[in-house]
Amino acid sequence: MLEELTFGFPILSMLLFFPLVGGLILCLLDDDDLIKNAALAVAGLELVLAIVVLLRFIPDSAAMQFSEQVAWIPPLGISYHLALDGISVLFVGLTAFLTVLIVLYSWDTVRHQIKVYFAALLALETTIIGVFVSIDLILFFVFWELMLIPSYFLIKLWGGGAERQYAALKYVLYTLLGSVFMLLGIVLLDLNYHEWAVAHHIEPSYTFDFLQLLMIPIPPDRQVLIFWLIFLGLVFKAPLFPFHTWLPDVLIEGPIGMAVILAGIKLGTYGFIRFSLPLLPEASQDGGVVAVMMTLGLLAIIYGAIVALIQPDFRRLLAFSSISHLGFVVVGLFALNFQGLQGSLLTMINLGFSTAGLFFLAGFLYTRRQSTHLSSFGGLAKKVPLLATFLLIIGLASIGLPGTNGFVGEFLILLGAFEAYWLYGAVAVTGVIFGAAYFLWYYERAMFGPLTQGLGHAIADLNARETVIAASLSVMIFWIGLYPAPFLHIMNGSVQALVNRLDRGSVAADKPSAIGIQPSAQKAGPEVRGGHHAERTRVSVSLKAES
Amino acid sequence: MDLLVLLIPTFPLVAVLLNGLLGSRYSHDLAHRLAWGSVGLSFLCSIGVFTETIRTGVAREVVAYQWIFGGDLTVNLAFLIDPLTCIMLLVVTGVGFLIHLYSVGYMHGEEGFTRFFTYMNLFMVSMLLLVMGNNYLVLFIGWEGVGLCSYLLIGYYFDKVSAAKAATKAFVVNRIGDAGFLLAIFLVFVNFKTLDYTQVFAQASQLSTGMATAIALCLLVGAVGKSAQIPLYTWLPDAMEGPTPVSALIHAATMVTAGVYMIVRNHVIYDMAPVALSTVAWVGGLTALFAATIGLVQTDIKRVLAYSTVSQLGYMFLACGIGAYTAAVFHLMTHAFFKALLFLSAGSVIHALSGEQNIMKMGGLKAKIPWTHALFLVGTLAIAGIFPLAGFWSKDEIMAHAFVHGQYALYAMAAIGAFLTAFYMFRLTYLTFYGTSRLDPHTAEHVHESPPIMIWPLAVLAVLSVLGGFLGVPPEAGWFHHFLHPVVTAVGAGEEHGGGVGLVMTLMVVATAIALLGWGLAHYLYSIRTEAADNVAAKAPGVYTTLLNKYYVDECYDALIVEPVKRLGLVWDWFDRTVIDGVVVGVGRMTQSGSALSTRIEKYVIYGALNVVGYANHLAARSWRRLQTGQVHQYAAIIVAGLFILVHLILAWWTGTSGTGMAR
Repeated sequence: MLEELTFGFPILSMLLFFPLVGGLILCLLDDDDLIKNAALAVAGLELVLAIVVLLRFIPDSAAMQFSEQVAWIPPLGISYHLALDGISVLFVGLTAFLTVLIVLYSWDTVRHQIKVYFAALLALETTIIGVFVSIDLILFFVFWELMLIPSYFLIKLWGGGAERQYAALKYVLYTLLGSVFMLLGIVLLDLNYHEWAVAHHIEPSYTFDFLQLLMIPIPPDRQVLIFWLIFLGLVFKAPLFPFHTWLPDVLIEGPIGMAVILAGIKLGTYGFIRFSLPLLPEASQDGGVVAVMMTLGLLAIIYGAIVALIQPDFRRLLAFSSISHLGFVVVGLFALNFQGLQGSLLTMINLGFSTAGLFFLAGFLYTRRQSTHLSSFGGLAKKVPLLATFLLIIGLASIGLPGTNGFVGEFLILLGAFEAYWLYGAVAVTGVIFGAAYFLWYYERAMFGPLTQGLGHAIADLNARETVIAASLSVMIFWIGLYPAPFLHIMNGSVQALVNRLDRGSVAADKPSAIGIQPSAQKAGPEVRGGHHAERTRVSVSLKAES
Repeated sequence: MDLLVLLIPTFPLVAVLLNGLLGSRYSHDLAHRLAWGSVGLSFLCSIGVFTETIRTGVAREVVAYQWIFGGDLTVNLAFLIDPLTCIMLLVVTGVGFLIHLYSVGYMHGEEGFTRFFTYMNLFMVSMLLLVMGNNYLVLFIGWEGVGLCSYLLIGYYFDKVSAAKAATKAFVVNRIGDAGFLLAIFLVFVNFKTLDYTQVFAQASQLSTGMATAIALCLLVGAVGKSAQIPLYTWLPDAMEGPTPVSALIHAATMVTAGVYMIVRNHVIYDMAPVALSTVAWVGGLTALFAATIGLVQTDIKRVLAYSTVSQLGYMFLACGIGAYTAAVFHLMTHAFFKALLFLSAGSVIHALSGEQNIMKMGGLKAKIPWTHALFLVGTLAIAGIFPLAGFWSKDEIMAHAFVHGQYALYAMAAIGAFLTAFYMFRLTYLTFYGTSRLDPHTAEHVHESPPIMIWPLAVLAVLSVLGGFLGVPPEAGWFHHFLHPVVTAVGAGEEHGGGVGLVMTLMVVATAIALLGWGLAHYLYSIRTEAADNVAAKAPGVYTTLLNKYYVDECYDALIVEPVKRLGLVWDWFDRTVIDGVVVGVGRMTQSGSALSTRIEKYVIYGALNVVGYANHLAARSWRRLQTGQVHQYAAIIVAGLFILVHLILAWWTGTSGTGMAR
């Protein structure tokens, strides 16, 4: 199914390790200003690298691009295998983008142990990018787990709340618990492959390679078991109702930077579209699985929105709004058609600008009042027009106003869901109403009305750094909202391939796609890796003979 | 021509960007010139497009760029120029231009002057997208875009709590309608695999009646929200919190008519769904009557006009529902003229009285602000349907159509509504401009006529309100009807027959009589026997209070919908904190208390198992163990122990399934 293209230069490894190395170098520095500037430089260069990757990415292609592979633990078939396709590449850009903004945000809001903070943040960036570039499931899992270490310390040491220790622990345990099941699921995938490989005399008989695992059939009942195991790992992380209770705690107790990452980078649902759907297409289309997932999605949409409605604390409101949005993503994913998948994928990216953006705004409010509780605000719009304007723009994006990115994603999700199961789609549409209600009602009470007494002189509008953060988010919001073509082109090829795979089931005779045309600009690569290709052809032929 | 089309929304967009981003850097003068100048240019372009359409007589589509695509979906940002769009363009940019000019005077000296014009221009952009789009999704951008601008402008005086609340209410209520609209869009896509009007309407005949009805009713939900019809009209009266030019432009002349435009645009689908069509008619008829009754007793000059708008929109819906699409658009246009005129004159009154809006504190203003009085009177005559002003022709056509087509119940509702309209409008006029002054002395000292920049746009609107109706004369065969003919005629439908000349004339006379009757009653109650009005109110206090409190509809919605949802939120929040999180914390506690057990399991079971694997692993495990401290360790241990058991269970099942479904 998936072509693999290499690039003349190990750009993904560079992208992967540059922040970590940068973070380590940071530890050698002593001067605070120098540390900040160095952190910004590392994050900035990483963003440049990510942009290069996005620019060199061949759009409308289902191919796995920039592929790198080195054997790691050969007896177990584990390899250091990196690649990006239309599903993952945007997340890499998003991660790099948000990290730069977090560095900017942290500039004067993080005051102690600056060095360790930035080092941890950059290490976190490496682990997140690792999750997105890994094609080997064990490598993916390693980054998935490693992510917890910097996260734990970021929440515990730089959180603003009194309960930050508890929150950090809760987050780590929740995720660990889920990932244990996920690991089991991954191992079962490997065992299944092994069984098949032995029966067909294929060496090596072990693999954790996503692309290899795609080649072989998995009996439907096994698929369902593995689906639910991986499901546990993903929904705890996502988090999906009712596995979400760590989220409000971490978002309120933890530092804003961490909240931005957790709310903006949707690792859990990424796992579904990256691994669960393509590897377990029959389970994903299983009536029971779809019903459960759709129900969870719809519950999350409505439950999240209605609980958000009455929250007096902006960050807790955002936590539930985040849960509601994830419900949309899940509903789109399990519509299992083009619009639903495309919409979910785009929405995951969008939330990195809107929900994460709202957390930056929450941070700006927090900086001013040491609280995000409604009682600290009221009538602010007059005092801080810039902040109020950006809060409105980003908030409207999060409730899916046409012209903003949120609309494009949400519309596609709802359209896809409606096409697949009109009743589910119709129920999901009500989320659109509640979304407007919870955001605008909060906005009205925080920003409109007469100025709360005692707020008069104490509060300043956005400074230059904050303006840069909010403005760059707004640019992305309008760009994707008004002219999403570049983003859609990037994802369409892979989404189409996924749809085809779902349509044909797991044992389909995957014809190599004809899209791997080399653009003249890329003389050095990417090129199809011949040997791999030949082997794959053999596999699918043998499968045909069986059926 | 293509360029001309693209320029129409581009001019105000440029003004939005300039005023929005740089407006604080330059003077108010430059800001307002940019604002009305850009709308003026759009108007000129619209005239160009209009004359071109008349000349060529063909609809034309202009694609700006591909917006959303993938799979079988392609949506362009593209425009459709046909006679219906041309009419809407002229109304929107023409009336819009006049209101922008007026605003320069009205908003003079307001804090946030530039912000006001930025929002107004943004509204123009959205409204233009709404009427120009060639597919449902571009319509929807405009649809929600105008909703946003309405929100921003209702909340223009956002430090006023009532304004802030009204803004939120308008947006949220509109969103209910928008949700219905979205469902309609999905249904259209599922059936046609496209969202372009031309393709949808060309294939519409393949729809089953049930599906056509479903689409039409979902669209109606959207239209009801945007055009403030029963049951979603409650936001519009509250929307009067916005500055008066906003009420004129958005909440009278343009945005609120979007629902009517949308139904006319989709008439092909409605024509296939008689049930939906009669729903439209009844919603319109009931709203026309219902809102008019509330308008009878309101004391805020703008609120009377707001209920009047709701009522007049009801007439347009009624017209759509009985298939009189041309009449609906005709009334839309004349209403835009005279209602903009009325609102702006009311604004001129409010301006003269330094912000007073209560008509009980007005009276006798005729002498002090003669121009405003004359202009307001023209508006009143037009809306009341006095021959031969614009409102007469368009309203009469709707009523005649209902009568001729045997919709006597609807005709009766429209007729009673017309009577009430004449009554409350003349009541408003008498209370405001005639009789003795009830002004408070301080205000009375400062009464002044508005500046020319406010009066001149009113004069133009007054001329249009007087003469605009002649575009549709003779009824059902005027220029207006011929121009719209290609758009509103259903495929295969025959020519409409308006009944005999005699009947038409009779109905005209009856309509005039009804209007004069309303005028006469108002004249009697508010000019001749001024105490009589109070007597009438006193005789039926229950009715009067109910009307004054708008039938308590807002209170009902609060009690039945808003409050229960909030309470549900509180309950679920409690549930979240105590039950769901309680389970999690409970499990954690259990783990803690079971730590002794877990240590033993860890020691004997896990490490024992690992020992079997090998001594090296054992060492690794011990060093791993040393790294862990405290709680995490214990939690992790129990997880591992549980997993150990689980793995065995799963593996047992796994070996059981080995080979099933797999060819060997």
